[in-house]
Amino acid sequence: MRWWAALKNPEMVLSMLSHNKRVQNDLNPAANPWRTQAPPKRLRWRPQLSFAASVVVIAWLVHPAFGNPAQVTNLFQPLSQPAQEIKEVSLLVLAICAAIFLIVVGLLVYAIVRFRHRPGDEASEPPQVYGSNQIELAWTVLPILIVFVLILVTSRTIADIQNRKPPPGAVQATVVGHQWWWEIRYPELGIVTANELHVPASTGNSRQPTFLKLQSADVAHSFWVPQLAGKTDLIPNRENRMWIEPTNPGIYLGNCAEYCGTQHARMLIRVVVQSPDEFDRWVRDQQQATSPATNAAEGRKAFLANSCINCHTIRGTSARGKFGPDLTHLMSRETLAAGVVPNTADNLRLWVRDPQKIKVGCLMPNMQMTDQEVDQLVAYLETLK
Amino acid sequence: MASQEISQEITITPAGALGSSLVDRLHGLVITVDHKKLGLMYIGTALMFLVIAGLMAISIRLQLAIPVNTFLEPDVFNRFFTMHGTSMVFLVGMPLIAGLGNYLVPLMVGARDMAFPRMNAFGYWMFLFGGLLLYFSYLGAPGLAGHGSAPDVGWFAYAPLTGRAFSRGTSTDYWILSLLLTSVGSTVSAINVIVTAITLRCPGMNLMRMPLLVWLMLVTNFMILLALPALSAAQMMLLIDRYLGGHFFDTQAGGSAVIWQHFFWIFGHPEVYILIIPAFACVSEIVPVFSRKPIFGYPVMVGATAMIGLISVSVWAHHMFSVGMTSVGNTFFAISTFMVAVPTGIKIFNWLGTMYGGRIRFDLPMLFCIAFLFQFLIAGLTGMMLGVAPLNWQLTDSYFVVAHFHYTLVGGFLFGMFAGFYYWYPKAVGRLLDHRLGLCHFWLFVIGFHVCFDTMHFPGLLGMPRRIFTYDAGRGWETLNLVTTLGALCQAVAILLLVINIVRSARKGKLAGNDPWDAWTLEWTTSSPPPEYNFATPPIVRSRRPLWDLKHPEDPDWKYE
Repeated sequence: MRWWAALKNPEMVLSMLSHNKRVQNDLNPAANPWRTQAPPKRLRWRPQLSFAASVVVIAWLVHPAFGNPAQVTNLFQPLSQPAQEIKEVSLLVLAICAAIFLIVVGLLVYAIVRFRHRPGDEASEPPQVYGSNQIELAWTVLPILIVFVLILVTSRTIADIQNRKPPPGAVQATVVGHQWWWEIRYPELGIVTANELHVPASTGNSRQPTFLKLQSADVAHSFWVPQLAGKTDLIPNRENRMWIEPTNPGIYLGNCAEYCGTQHARMLIRVVVQSPDEFDRWVRDQQQATSPATNAAEGRKAFLANSCINCHTIRGTSARGKFGPDLTHLMSRETLAAGVVPNTADNLRLWVRDPQKIKVGCLMPNMQMTDQEVDQLVAYLETLK
Repeated sequence: MASQEISQEITITPAGALGSSLVDRLHGLVITVDHKKLGLMYIGTALMFLVIAGLMAISIRLQLAIPVNTFLEPDVFNRFFTMHGTSMVFLVGMPLIAGLGNYLVPLMVGARDMAFPRMNAFGYWMFLFGGLLLYFSYLGAPGLAGHGSAPDVGWFAYAPLTGRAFSRGTSTDYWILSLLLTSVGSTVSAINVIVTAITLRCPGMNLMRMPLLVWLMLVTNFMILLALPALSAAQMMLLIDRYLGGHFFDTQAGGSAVIWQHFFWIFGHPEVYILIIPAFACVSEIVPVFSRKPIFGYPVMVGATAMIGLISVSVWAHHMFSVGMTSVGNTFFAISTFMVAVPTGIKIFNWLGTMYGGRIRFDLPMLFCIAFLFQFLIAGLTGMMLGVAPLNWQLTDSYFVVAHFHYTLVGGFLFGMFAGFYYWYPKAVGRLLDHRLGLCHFWLFVIGFHVCFDTMHFPGLLGMPRRIFTYDAGRGWETLNLVTTLGALCQAVAILLLVINIVRSARKGKLAGNDPWDAWTLEWTTSSPPPEYNFATPPIVRSRRPLWDLKHPEDPDWKYE
């Protein structure tokens, strides 16, 4: 009731705000003379409650996530072109929309309050106004002007982002969408990996953007890492392009953003941005084939004797399947099954024993292996560093 | 000379519909060709599907309330959002429009029935069988092929996920065939409304004296005729792909997945306006009556609606900014998208202009209209943000888009339909809906709506894609999703109150009389409910507000129009 009354009376709002200040002082009773006057109980908890509520609301708005800051992919905290450029445009658009919103809602509230039905109005009808051409013209021309501004800004940004040509030193990668994982190829570097896209950070003196070719092996997918760039679809029988130019090393999370079947939800992408030196080291590591002399010979034999090789490649062996992820450097990746679980020995064991338990519907079948075989196989896979 | 006050003593009842037993009444529904009964059957069936598809939405929200939830299996979840979307558009939205058009257009133009009454009945039954066929997939699809269940390809069913290679079994075929059936229903119903509005208007009602609702229905139904064939054609091509060895969308044989998207959205985007224009229609009738003023700028409203209809067929690819069109293509569709904002803005301003200077009565229909105005404004603004192609690359297929179109379709379309429902229910039933229950429905729904869909924008900004059955903790989505779910539950309670209100008020509601709102269009001259033949003699009108002329002979409208 108090709030309702206050809405009609601005002075009451002010007085209620000052209540809040007093309650803050209340934490230190000695400094608060108001405390000794023993205010009525109702007055005490209400401001506290509203204060607490406003803190929650503000905290929520200012920092909309209670999650782990490293994993929050807020597209208003971009760390790469073109996401930065998109953010700048969106702030302008947001400002225009907010202005329109305030004006129209202001008019709406004014009309509702000022022209509400009052007791005693029953007898007569208000003046019957049918329209006005001048006013109609005004509220046709104004939106057209706003639209014109939006068109200019939008077309400029579209051209800016889409017509970028790769500079000589740019890294070229191909991302191929599969039901429900990402194949990542660096044709010029001779590397094939999965689910984790490594790119160099662009530094002030050596700008090094990464240009991506996007393809799909089955259905439509979409590559979306919000802090780096907008999304671009991966469509079978078609090649799309996009580019990123991150400046800060780190791991950037993203998802498949086009519904692609049962496990669409669990088709996560990680972009690992590394300093140029680290990136070069990673490239050299990945370029090596696996060494044939390993101390997990049984596991290796099990891998090559089972139908694993129909789908997976391990460079340096006879396993050359293309349907599943390349396993040559499996242990260099942080996660299994496109970001579903961390890549640990235990998870690897669970995954090999029955992939359907971890990612139901995924296209890797349960191979019905014995515990011993699973252990040998995992021991072998762990050598694929 | 004003229109004649018509006495409604004559009641003509067809043989076979006389009995009052349940069987007789059902028989009466089956054989009826009366536009009012068919209109109510459309609306009743739509409400039934609204409840079913709404329960699916609640299940979806419960699954997403907490991270890594196991309430729904992935496949069940995927079927639910597909069935939810398909049902809400084709089995709730379209029949609500058809029902509204059927019930109101003849009454408002002073006709005794639709132009083609039997075709009208045919349209309803096609829609109903289509709807039942879609839901029969739950039983039929596994039974016949041993594979699959209800469709799980999303309501826009992107190729090649719908091809034989990726969608085995018959679930996708149920999706295709049931929608083809409902499309037949929508098409004949659209033809019927158009012909009725053009040929059956009562003496004196020229085109520029038609109630605005009839004008907007005319535009909507023309758009249905224009848009639906694109969907039907694409679905037939898909069927040919699936069973006759075609390769239209079969990418492995050189077909194009993007062509499906073009076909679908050439239908799909006009469809959004097909749904929202009838809501505009309700608002355009209700706001003047409760502001006690004629609609501001009637000819401009007609023109703006026609412009929306025209522009809306050229914006479809703004659903496809991320498929990799050229920069010229993207720019074109961004521009056409912004252009729609102009006539839409004109409409909003005209409604405000109607309220301005009026004496606004806050009865339930008006409350829903005010909420509509507020929410549709926000939906339009987020729509404009989505039209900025670079921003769209970030936001499309995220929860921001989900929030945006629910804002349009729930906050806009459904609120408009609720307004119309509270406004014309007394005409159709003869009793007013209970005011207090209605207020509870209104406030609960408004609060639930805002808690749910305002919050839903934010996970999208934090990178949450749509159509995911689960997500991991720690990405900042969990609190927001929980709040969204609470809002959804609140709306469910509100809908329950509406259903209770409908059932209770039909028996115990206050008697409405012919004209409970002191309104101005022809349907309010008839008794409530109107007799079988609507008007014993054709009414004669001289202005847009025939009842105003009757009630104010000293200051009639026709002097000024």
